[in-house]
Amino acid sequence: MMNSYGFRKFKNRLFFAICAICVVIAVVPLASIIFEVAKRGVPQLSWTFITATNGNSGIGPAIQGTLILIGLTSIIGIPIGVLSGIYLSEFGNNKYAQNLRTINNIIAQFPSIIVGITIYGLIVLTMGSFSAIAGSIALAFILIPIVTRTTEESLKLVPNNIREASLALGAHNWRTTLSVVLPAAKNGLLTGVLLAVARITGETAPLIITILGNRYFFQGLDKPLAALPLEIWKDALQPYAETQAQGWGAALILILMVLIINITVRLASRSRMKA
Amino acid sequence: MKSPNKQQIQKTIKFKITGDNLFKTLTTIIAASALIILFITGYTLVKGSIPVVQNFGLSFFFGQQWNPVEGGEVFGILPYILGTLATSGIALLIGVPLSLGIAIFLVEMAPRSLRVPISYLVELLAAVPSVIYGLWGLSVFRYWILNYIEIPISTYLGWIPIFSGTPRGLDIFTAGVILAIMIIPTVASISKEVLTAVPNSIREGAYSIGATKWEVIKRWVLSYGRSGIFGAIILGLGRAVGETMAVTMLIGNATGTSAMPKSLFQSGQTLASSIANGFMEATSGSLKLSTYLGIGLTLLIMSLLINVGAHLVMTRVFKVKGGAVE
Repeated sequence: MMNSYGFRKFKNRLFFAICAICVVIAVVPLASIIFEVAKRGVPQLSWTFITATNGNSGIGPAIQGTLILIGLTSIIGIPIGVLSGIYLSEFGNNKYAQNLRTINNIIAQFPSIIVGITIYGLIVLTMGSFSAIAGSIALAFILIPIVTRTTEESLKLVPNNIREASLALGAHNWRTTLSVVLPAAKNGLLTGVLLAVARITGETAPLIITILGNRYFFQGLDKPLAALPLEIWKDALQPYAETQAQGWGAALILILMVLIINITVRLASRSRMKA
Repeated sequence: MKSPNKQQIQKTIKFKITGDNLFKTLTTIIAASALIILFITGYTLVKGSIPVVQNFGLSFFFGQQWNPVEGGEVFGILPYILGTLATSGIALLIGVPLSLGIAIFLVEMAPRSLRVPISYLVELLAAVPSVIYGLWGLSVFRYWILNYIEIPISTYLGWIPIFSGTPRGLDIFTAGVILAIMIIPTVASISKEVLTAVPNSIREGAYSIGATKWEVIKRWVLSYGRSGIFGAIILGLGRAVGETMAVTMLIGNATGTSAMPKSLFQSGQTLASSIANGFMEATSGSLKLSTYLGIGLTLLIMSLLINVGAHLVMTRVFKVKGGAVE
């Protein structure tokens, strides 16, 4: 009776339904987050809000700080990540590269707060103050392993006969890599780098203990800096409704930055694959 | 005129050959950055936590007292270690079945037109910054948990020790549930790859002896992919253990003995959240600063163990060649 065909078919349908419900359960939080951030964030938006300092009911310094951090981190992290990725993909057929690959995968999974306290011990204590530069080095520690991995993966997708063609024309290895392989892998590389940048844009934990936050606009690389994720965190813990509302406004700007990068990059790479 | 020309050619060839070598040497050195990051992290944390380990020895890891008052300092981090395990455990208990359901739906059941948009939405869950999960958790999700889960359970099952206490929505349970949501993208996307890698011949063989779709999945597909799924679960655990911001904002931040996880509905503390909460109060050179570096070291060791474990499992599952999944 329990194993009749009808019962087995019923079980089949039941599990189909359960799996579909799992998908719905996972999408509900995403929808709710986007809905709430939009609902509570949009009323905050105004020119003053995105340009004025905290004292004048704006989050200008935080937006500026996040842009500075993205810029500095990219300058430090992207060249190192891309070159490491080139090494792993083009010269990586040895034991040393195998080990680096493993280490790279492991440090990519480090909790970001650990990176924060490492940079605190290494830079903030040595320099004697919280600083923009400490924050961007911490973010670079997170960015480098991700960029390394995506660079390696996108270079590996370049077919070998392109390399061989270039070498057959008399180009040297370095020339082949820089002028032939890299341009061929450009799209994948760009996707990976942008997604990595989107990831560090929202990082909060390492920033708490490296840049500290600042009520004013940028004051120098060796001075504390404001940033959007920090602003959200601080505002959310305040008991005042106005400050909390400000946090939702900051969250809206942050989530727009992150989601816009994510969605455009993915849509672009998808349409490319179809073409 | 001939000989200098030849010399020149040789010179250029030599230069270009060094150009190649230079490039290779440069990338080799820069590629060591991963090693350097690992070394710097390990060195800074070990060096920084020496004072606290010298002071308290093993009672640093197994003590429950937390007294930061200068002079009578006592730091034991057992409650935080257990808090980390408790929240991660809840995250796995809730997150893994959901992720598996999603992966199965995407690979085995969903019509082709739905697969891409759904996996896309699930990936977007990973793109939302953790602090926004915290903000949302603090003012929206917390009340869902409180009103629909915690209050009913505590009213009817409050006599069971793990459900005791007055629920406030800011506790170990809420933190665990938000972690469950946050590990879904990791676990689901890796499980999806694992299930996709199961050869179709296995499915066809099972169908041919009359199994229903669910039986094929349960008896053959899942068991074929079980070590890969195990790897996905470990990676999810790694993410849950290290997650900081959302947990810090939702777990209620107890310290010392009151943070010992006894009930799901009590405030607690994890290793990561204790750093985010208290680190800024520690002055340089103090024993307290060393304590937080020691907490960081403990977290680093946990994370290393988990990730090395996951790496070992995953290398066996996908024959990793050059790091890329084949």
